Amino acid sequence: MHPILKLVAQRVALGILLLFAASILIFAGTSILPGDVAQQILGQSATPEALENLRRELGLNEPPVSRYFSWLGGVLQGDLGTALTNGRDIAESLGSRLSNTLFLAFWAAVISVPLAIFLGLLAVRYKDRWPDKLISAVTLTTISIPEFMIGYILVYWVSIQLGWFPSVAILNDSMSLGQKLNAIAIPVMVLTLVVLAHMMRMTRAAILNVMQSAYIETAELKGMPMLKIIRKHAFPNAIAPIVNVVMINLAYLVVGVVVVEVVFAYPGMGQYLVDHVAKRDIPVVQACGLIFAAVYIGLNLVADIVSILANPRLRHPK
Amino acid sequence: MRIPVAALIGLFFTSLFFLMAIFAPLIAPYGMAEVVGDVWEPPSDQFMLGTDNIGRDLLSRMIYGGQTTIFIATAATALSFITGSVLGFFAAVSGGWIDQAISRFVDLIMSIPSLIFALVVLSVMPTTVTILVVLMGLLDSTRVFRLARAVAVDITVMDYVEAARLRGEKTAWIIFREILPNALSPLVAEMGLRFIFAVLFVSTLSFLGLGVQPPQADWGGIVKENKEGINYGIAAALYPAYAIAVLCISINLVADWVLNRTTSLKGGRG
Repeated sequence: MHPILKLVAQRVALGILLLFAASILIFAGTSILPGDVAQQILGQSATPEALENLRRELGLNEPPVSRYFSWLGGVLQGDLGTALTNGRDIAESLGSRLSNTLFLAFWAAVISVPLAIFLGLLAVRYKDRWPDKLISAVTLTTISIPEFMIGYILVYWVSIQLGWFPSVAILNDSMSLGQKLNAIAIPVMVLTLVVLAHMMRMTRAAILNVMQSAYIETAELKGMPMLKIIRKHAFPNAIAPIVNVVMINLAYLVVGVVVVEVVFAYPGMGQYLVDHVAKRDIPVVQACGLIFAAVYIGLNLVADIVSILANPRLRHPK
Repeated sequence: MRIPVAALIGLFFTSLFFLMAIFAPLIAPYGMAEVVGDVWEPPSDQFMLGTDNIGRDLLSRMIYGGQTTIFIATAATALSFITGSVLGFFAAVSGGWIDQAISRFVDLIMSIPSLIFALVVLSVMPTTVTILVVLMGLLDSTRVFRLARAVAVDITVMDYVEAARLRGEKTAWIIFREILPNALSPLVAEMGLRFIFAVLFVSTLSFLGLGVQPPQADWGGIVKENKEGINYGIAAALYPAYAIAVLCISINLVADWVLNRTTSLKGGRG
């Protein structure tokens, strides 16, 4: 077998193993903690009958290991259980929310990825001059403010003071794509600002790393213009680290979505998760936690595989 | 030794925030939960930042809120540093299967985003300050662990560690007397970044209603309480954002300076 296929297969197997371990951790996090979960959910004033009913419903009377396997078995067949609070099927409620969340994350990615790479290149081109300093000052500021606060600052200035876009992002099926985009304009801006900063800084570092190589110095010494050096020599070698940076930030984006959805009352996974944490609805929390972990692990896996594939030393073994 | 201007500005604001947190009851013009005026009064001589959603003085809430936020972040950072670095050094010194077991477990925890993991745990735990500190500290100690282990692995191969081993010192001696003093500077620079992360994290949890519980003030909670005001053009919810930004940027400036100073001490080697 080609060594690169073997490496990729190993990485995928490792990812799947990691996902299983993560599911154990999520399950353990909600089950094996000290104290009676049923008591925590219902509060101190609960009657013994209500406690007993809830324990039976959650299967708390069974040993944790068998509970875990029946939960995992259900998840593998697409059955995420039913919500404690309203008795609805979780997989059903999650379907549309997951696609809403991906819709939001998709547009944020479409805007932020090219912009981050462009700004990263610009910062390298004008290293230590004012464009570089301006870009790094702005990104340092956006890194230093939590997502939800950037959200409210934008709502205050863009939506209320200037009146450009709506301050809440409510979606429904009858909206056209244009209306939907108008509704999510500010959340997308927030997410873009948040990941842009990290992505741009990491892109800048990755390109600068390449720029310090000997072949760049050679190109410089033979009098090649700076932008051409970046385009022809630095960029091809920086693709692997940049793709890695992008993937890591997309993973980060998926988490940033949680908070941003709450700010804008956006009907996505994040809001669903936070709502049900407050209501102590454990089956929903487990299901959402598992999906977020799966997306996160998946994107990190893609980043790993891309950097394996982009490495010419691995592609053409001696 | 000359301190660069940026670091001086950073030091000034950082100490200002910490002094404000320590002396909050002396500085704050009103009590933390004291209703003193109307709902969302504009800034005036009496209330410098105006009042909040139920008529409490916003400046006092901000000062007390800063105290809570900074206290929780400091405690969580301290916990994460103690756990993370001791475990990291221990893993590096022990090597073998102990190192493998701890490192793989840390990888596993890091494979789940911290916020998601915290939400999962908070769904069954009561939200008290102690639980918040322990949860944030332990989740963040995974990052410290990675750094501490990476630094310590370089140090454990040094001759003086070998010498200490040969003269029969115990693991604890090697960790605290040989490795810790040499690993301190990168860890201190990292501490600034971890503290910022803790401030952002506790604010986020409070904003989601899963962190510090009212009537206790904290910066994330102030945003949550006053967010409705934004729609009427009332800026009350924005002050915590500015405060957090100034605090985090100043700490960043100090951390950058510490990092640069320590790398130049080693002859410029990153």
